[in-house]
Amino acid sequence: MNVEKIKAAHKLLAEFKYTPGKLDKGYANKSLYINVSENKIEAKPVTEMMKEKFTGGRGFGLWYLWNAVTPETKWNDPENEIIISPGPVGGITQYPGAGKSLVVSLSPLTGSVMDSNVGGHFGPLLKFSGWDALELQGKAEKDVVIFIDGNAGIIRIEEAPEEALDSHLLVEQLYEIYADTPEDKRNISVVSTGAAAEHILYGMLNFSLYDTRRKAVRLKQAGRGGIGTVLRDKKVKAIVVKFKGVKGNLNNPADFAALAKTGIKMHKEIHAGDDKQCQMRVRGTTYLVKIMNDYDLLPVCNFKYGSHPDGNKIAAPKWIENFNIGKADGCWYGCTLSCSKVICDYELKTGPYKGQKVVTDAPEYETIAGVGSNCGIFDPQFIIEANFYCDTYGVDTISFGTTTAFLMECYENGIINRQITGGLDLRFGNQDAAMELLHQMARGEGFGRIAGLGVRKCKELFVREYGAGAAFLNDIGMEVKGLEYAEYVSKESLVQQGGFGMANKGPQHDEAWLIFMDMVNNQLPTFENKAEALHYFPMFRTWLGLVGLCKLPWNDIVPENNAQTDEPAKIPEHVQNYVDIFNAVTGKNIDKKEMILQSERVYNFQKVFNIKMGFGTREHDKIPYRSVGPVTVEEYESRQDRYDSQLKELLGMETEGKSTEEKLKALREYREAQYEKLVDAVYERRGWTPNGIPKLETLQKLGIDLPEVVEVVQKSL
Amino acid sequence: MIKVNGRNFEWEKNLTVTKLLQKKNYTFPSIVVQINGKFIPQAQYETALINDGDDVKVIHLTSGG
Repeated sequence: MNVEKIKAAHKLLAEFKYTPGKLDKGYANKSLYINVSENKIEAKPVTEMMKEKFTGGRGFGLWYLWNAVTPETKWNDPENEIIISPGPVGGITQYPGAGKSLVVSLSPLTGSVMDSNVGGHFGPLLKFSGWDALELQGKAEKDVVIFIDGNAGIIRIEEAPEEALDSHLLVEQLYEIYADTPEDKRNISVVSTGAAAEHILYGMLNFSLYDTRRKAVRLKQAGRGGIGTVLRDKKVKAIVVKFKGVKGNLNNPADFAALAKTGIKMHKEIHAGDDKQCQMRVRGTTYLVKIMNDYDLLPVCNFKYGSHPDGNKIAAPKWIENFNIGKADGCWYGCTLSCSKVICDYELKTGPYKGQKVVTDAPEYETIAGVGSNCGIFDPQFIIEANFYCDTYGVDTISFGTTTAFLMECYENGIINRQITGGLDLRFGNQDAAMELLHQMARGEGFGRIAGLGVRKCKELFVREYGAGAAFLNDIGMEVKGLEYAEYVSKESLVQQGGFGMANKGPQHDEAWLIFMDMVNNQLPTFENKAEALHYFPMFRTWLGLVGLCKLPWNDIVPENNAQTDEPAKIPEHVQNYVDIFNAVTGKNIDKKEMILQSERVYNFQKVFNIKMGFGTREHDKIPYRSVGPVTVEEYESRQDRYDSQLKELLGMETEGKSTEEKLKALREYREAQYEKLVDAVYERRGWTPNGIPKLETLQKLGIDLPEVVEVVQKSL
Repeated sequence: MIKVNGRNFEWEKNLTVTKLLQKKNYTFPSIVVQINGKFIPQAQYETALINDGDDVKVIHLTSGG
């Protein structure tokens, strides 16, 4: 790496100086606006209205984007923005999982508003540099790097022609360029993507952190919805923030003692309980693979099945063998849950970096299930390699996995063939073909470019160009609103079908994961129960993204006495912890009810935002039948006892002598009708019309009845 | 016959909580077990007997994602 040569090629396009200030109770009270078309950099005030109605994080991102775009704005218009905001609690070091950033933009996949959450150090360092949010707009003429020096109070836009595009190289180069000394690297974080983001619609963003113990850069991902594609479309190679002096009180919390006390209690709980519960500190989220396989929830072969005899080959013990455990495994300071695992000295076997040894973040559950089991692949070495290349190329592993699985099923059904795939034999389980597809995405070549369009556009293309039947493709193409499904089989949980289908951004599990409550625990027998769960849990989880917190310490560790509480599934003590730390940081006095109201405001605003962009109504909450029930005869027959008994119990159908096709049809009619009933119930509970539009009284009750919001709703009612 | 989370399940002699969890393949680590409304601590799973007709709850705490 010739850093001097790379650095010498930089050309200063704009510079902005400011006086770094102290945070006040979690807020900097200003945000940073950068327009790379005009090389404009300016500070904007964060108003009391914004804090009151939108709280921070995802809320701030949505508000800024709302004001930046019109219903006609497309994802690749210069008006589209990428907003990064950590939230008022973000950056505390007393409580685990407090380094999250929320990223908001118009999505290339859905055409509507997208939010994606991510760890890494960028969000907290941005805030400590004096900014509650970074709002990036415009399109640069040539590749640029944005540099924020939070100590000196300098922001620069620099033309940067020489840096690599792939994140593992680019980020290393930028650390060399912007760190004054090797020790200074810990003060830097970079947002970047990779070469594939120029050619596909589901490019993602990497947020870096410098691992001082392993002396290596590590990458966390804002994966969903193609925001990396937007970054490259703006010709931004990277955004670098540097801030020296991280310590525990930089948020200037209103009540430091209360914050410390709540944090210590939680750390003790993790210390005492994690080994007996999920063992996150050793296994990370890989522990979920065996659980999902055991409960028939692990997607196998494009969500056809929920388990596979080879599931154990990609379960936690196989990952632990590869992990470099016991060092700094949190993605922000103070996270004792430490789930962010690392693999050291991994020798790459394919692609442009073949033969090189790398330190790489280990695959998490979603990646293992997405690029592994869902594609019929059960080889940990392949999954490590695919995860590394997805990260460095800037590819969302969930969209890549779900799209590849869909293509494999199309291939096995003769909808596409070798001629169409350019020679790739895309059978389930063919890991060489899957890897080549990924490399093609980075090179912008061949069938990789088609695969990079995502499931929805592939479906349209196959119908248009190859005469494929739209009905079958719509049944097996696992997307809603244009976003690919996250990696859980929802066939036996009506509530989870709704959790995926009615999620504002598309079928991502971070709104609601309710499969156990519904399918296993049978705790939600009535539509009223189901609707209540699909109200509370998405609102609760939205809140974490407003303030800058990670979901995992909420319920991947629970207090010892949680079982005896009135609502164990909510983990009441942890919810109270969140209320306490929010109040301790901000000096406000919210309770559990107000916490949900904070989310409801933002959630309903996001819903109206979808409507503003021409989406958001009931038709956009329709889901593919593969997520509801068995599409094919082989699927039905693989779980025949289950389905037959359901037909008997629920419909009183005598299954003896009936063909599988007859039974499939009856089951489908029943399940599809159930989904529609669920949608009715959820809309009513959320205060929406039967067409999914928030009622005016709902907006008024929540205090989100801003004139421009009301105007959008009135036009749609 | 017993009820497990409100659904019928075949009972057998000497059915303990541990055996029931094995039969149902309930491997999730964070669960709460009740027999006829009485909380069963994890330490008693090996010995706690389930009788014919019992109403058993095996509540899995929300996880995933």
